[in-house]
Amino acid sequence: MHSRTELIMKILFWASGIAIILFLVGILFTLLSNSIPALGEIGIGSFFTSGLWRPGAYGEPTYSINNFILGTFMVTVGALAFAVPMGVAAAAYLAEIASPWEREFFKPIVEVLAGIPSVVLGFIGLVVLAPLIARFFNIPSGINALNGAILVGIMALPTIITLAEDAITAVPKEYRHASLALGGTQWQTIWKVTVPAAFSGITAAAMLGMGRAIGETMTVLMVTGNMIARPESFLDSVRTLSANIAIEIGDVAFGSVHFHALFVVGLVLFIITFIVNLLADILIHRKPEVNK
Amino acid sequence: MRAVSEKGRTKQWRGSEIIGYWLLRFSLILVLFILGFIIVDIFTKGIGVINWEFLTTAPRVGMTEGGIFPAIVGTLYVTLITIAFAVPLGVAAAIYLNEYAVQGRLTRLVRMSLRNLAGVPSIVFGLFGMAVFVKFFGFGPSLIAAGFTLGLLTLPVTVTAAEEALITVPRSYRAGSFALGATRWQVVRTVVLPRAIPGILTGTILGLARAAGETAPILATGAAFFLPYLPDSVKSQFMALPYHLFIMSTQHHALAVVRPIAYGTALVLVTLVTLLNLAAVLLRKRYRDKVAKGL
Repeated sequence: MHSRTELIMKILFWASGIAIILFLVGILFTLLSNSIPALGEIGIGSFFTSGLWRPGAYGEPTYSINNFILGTFMVTVGALAFAVPMGVAAAAYLAEIASPWEREFFKPIVEVLAGIPSVVLGFIGLVVLAPLIARFFNIPSGINALNGAILVGIMALPTIITLAEDAITAVPKEYRHASLALGGTQWQTIWKVTVPAAFSGITAAAMLGMGRAIGETMTVLMVTGNMIARPESFLDSVRTLSANIAIEIGDVAFGSVHFHALFVVGLVLFIITFIVNLLADILIHRKPEVNK
Repeated sequence: MRAVSEKGRTKQWRGSEIIGYWLLRFSLILVLFILGFIIVDIFTKGIGVINWEFLTTAPRVGMTEGGIFPAIVGTLYVTLITIAFAVPLGVAAAIYLNEYAVQGRLTRLVRMSLRNLAGVPSIVFGLFGMAVFVKFFGFGPSLIAAGFTLGLLTLPVTVTAAEEALITVPRSYRAGSFALGATRWQVVRTVVLPRAIPGILTGTILGLARAAGETAPILATGAAFFLPYLPDSVKSQFMALPYHLFIMSTQHHALAVVRPIAYGTALVLVTLVTLLNLAAVLLRKRYRDKVAKGL
């Protein structure tokens, strides 16, 4: 008697599930189809030859994204250089040492930090961190790759802490018991047993943090200076792939080569983050290397 | 496990290992310090401009005076559209994954897509929204184009929260209803969904917080630099708090003059997002405790 409603609901829920796959495919398809005109016009090689991104240059526009890839790489590596050790250390403390009240207190703190909008962090970087960096290194401006790396690292921290803590907590307690029973101290147990046993999960946490760092837009847009020139050091201004799209998306002429070239930048960004996230995904769902 | 750590704590930290202990502890305290610094800095420097006028009037004199009312309203509108898009779809997808689907290749693919969707950079959502909602569907830069773009970005949050809520409903409840002859939809509607409401609400609040703070996806899908009037339809452009903060801290012609307004905007935004996130954390804790007690 209810079979009709049943069927409709079943189809509706099925379609909602399938829609998720279609959205991801749709994003890829949109990026690809909008990239093709630019790839045809400019040629894929031109995006990766040395040179500058000068889509507005009179006569001879150039579309090299090498410096943006370098900029993204610098910000990401700089961010992970402190966010991974610090995040894993904080996770190890939360999972292995913290008393119940400390966990109750610190876990919401980590979540609230995760919720701070990137534009707010960018603002802090602009008004607080930039003057500090300028004074510390005795340079005229603190708007540079280092500033971006510090802020993006802060953005990636909650992701790394949460996932690394999950990974460490998931290590079977027999491992700890065995280590402690053999006379290992708690430090030895954490350092030599639990953290190594959670290695694939911790690596996944670092990779997801990396995915966030690569894709982060507003913070880097606001604090790295966005120069198109090739950076020489962390104290130079850099422009990342994401920032480049954000800067130009607002006033690019619809349908122009420049418009489609921005989708190529988006496609490169999508592919990089997709691979990083996929690798993290495989690591998370891998069977533990040692069986109980 | 906890007992072992507790015992270890009292007797195991000795000699140089105490340094290691403090390194780990300090890392966590530093996180607290960073968050505390951000909040204190924004609060102390932003509170000065916050008053009734700031919250209820539009910017005046080239945005160097007046309030941020249109940005507050714009953010409210666009997050409501986001939620209207992401919550029903997210809950439906979660119901599919948890109640209807046979676990296998297809559900794995849906879950994998969901995790990858969560990892797509926000500016890429912006590009997608511009190409699809603004141009292809012809919405133009508007509340609805920006709301849908943010809705896609928020979807992983709402699906994950809804699924977590569905999982906490005991299997025996479903079995009992099926045994009484209920159909699957009846079971979902009358037994599963009512008990999953707190979890779905948590997802909704988290989604609101996420959408309210995002800037990159709305850059080219509808956010406006300045509008003298409030949006009057879903096809209108709008001002938004995060975009307004971006403008006031990087694009304005007199940055030093509008710094207090920027701080005020940041304070309103951070307060909004943090309260939403804290509410979600507390709500989730409450229903998790309930589930743990078997209620």
